[in-house]
Amino acid sequence: MQLTNRSKVVSNKVQTAMEQLYLPGIIKGMLITGSHLFKRRVTVKYPEETRPRAAVYRGWHVLKRDENGAERCTSCGLCAVACPAEAITMESAERKKGEESLYREEKYAKTYEINMLRCIFCGLCEEACPKEAIFLTDRLVDTEYEREDFIYGKSKLTEKIDKRIDVSKRQTLEVAEFKKLPGLKHNTLWEGKSLKKGKH
Amino acid sequence: MKVTIDGIEIDVPKGTTILQAARMIGPEVAPPAMCYYTKLKTSGGYCRTCIVKVTQGSTANPNPMPKPVASCRTEVMDGMVVENNTSPEIIEARKGVVEFLLINHPLDCPICDQAGECKLQDLGFQNGSSKTRYEFKRREFEEIDIGDKIKLHMTRCILCYRCVKTADQITNDRVHGVIARGDESEISTYIENIIDNDFSGNVIDVCPVGALTDKTFRFKQRVWFTKPVDAKRDCKTCCGKTRVWLKGEEVVRVTARKDQWDEVEEFICNACRFDHKKKSDWVIEGPSPIHRNSVISQNHYEHLNELKVQIMKQQKALGFMPIDKQP
Repeated sequence: MQLTNRSKVVSNKVQTAMEQLYLPGIIKGMLITGSHLFKRRVTVKYPEETRPRAAVYRGWHVLKRDENGAERCTSCGLCAVACPAEAITMESAERKKGEESLYREEKYAKTYEINMLRCIFCGLCEEACPKEAIFLTDRLVDTEYEREDFIYGKSKLTEKIDKRIDVSKRQTLEVAEFKKLPGLKHNTLWEGKSLKKGKH
Repeated sequence: MKVTIDGIEIDVPKGTTILQAARMIGPEVAPPAMCYYTKLKTSGGYCRTCIVKVTQGSTANPNPMPKPVASCRTEVMDGMVVENNTSPEIIEARKGVVEFLLINHPLDCPICDQAGECKLQDLGFQNGSSKTRYEFKRREFEEIDIGDKIKLHMTRCILCYRCVKTADQITNDRVHGVIARGDESEISTYIENIIDNDFSGNVIDVCPVGALTDKTFRFKQRVWFTKPVDAKRDCKTCCGKTRVWLKGEEVVRVTARKDQWDEVEEFICNACRFDHKKKSDWVIEGPSPIHRNSVISQNHYEHLNELKVQIMKQQKALGFMPIDKQP
């Protein structure tokens, strides 16, 4: 009884003498393998060689400092709330007198952790940041032996004062202006007319 | 008295203000209010965010009022016709009011603890413009400690007078008020006189912005990472019914319960607010109702209450009782 059209009849065909010899089949396969010796290599020797990555590649995050070397992050939590993978946690602290050169705002992130195993590198944290503090860079996340080592704290995320990371290609003037465009949905949504529905 | 607000008619008793009548209809027509507070006498009339257009004064005198009126201070007349959100003029005027309120307000929401439950933030988002036209220096103040538990950051104050009225009416002694005038005016404790009263902490709850903040909660958590639950305890000085804001097992903050107009239901005492920061101090009644548009509902638990009700309903409909209620 046939139940469906997709069923296939299994062949019990006996192999011919030529096929039983296997040699033609082996030669055919070796020819395909051998032809690849003369083709362009598709792999690179990774640690020594790297493929070029786009300037807007989304990799290892950086917490930027401002022109004076003070940390920009004010621990507002918008990146953490925007994060779809819930990879970001932070604790904030109040800036004391005399620490103005260390932290730009009155409040700063005492701890700031990103779990790189949870992170999906979507870049929403960068988009949510009101202080232009967090950026994703074209650096790759290192391999580690322990899962705990993938929880990156401030020591791994904050940029070093003497080793600045250039994110100017990600944060162009156009992008900054674009964020302020009045035509954008989030800028116009509540202006005037939508009030009628009394959504709030 | 019959009054029509945004085309919806309602019958209200004499002496009701337009704002109260609009709130009776619902949040769709209720004008926003920054300074008016139902529980504080003589509050309202300062901020002008609740302005409405009266297109017909009353049945006896159907002339319109010449300019927008503050709905929190204007009583209804029989046959009054009011336009709030349906009037483009009012929406434009309110935008101007918001701009004025924001003139001296620092735009430091990423730092401010009130962000996420700030009425000025909501107001600016709903009625304001997305850009500021103000180019001059905003006024700035040093932070002042009002007692050891409350911090006053005058820079953020919009001079709504709510805290002054609270100090006047809820607490026995008035020890703080507003000094100086106009642009210079500031909330003062009469030369940093410490508020020494069991209910002084309520000024934090009535503050619509982040000017008065809880020092035990200062910079601890963003509100949207905490889970508000309604809780109670036996308290001799106050009702003991509070909202406890949890982060994991930790009680990060205790506030009074607020209704849908963001007004305190019952004022609570300082002992409840500042001194009971252990989960074992409280009997938790259940998750607090949070509006789904609020950022606090990012906690993904806002429907728990509804869910509970629905499960109970279905259980009832199916004819079986929950195990603990079975006879």
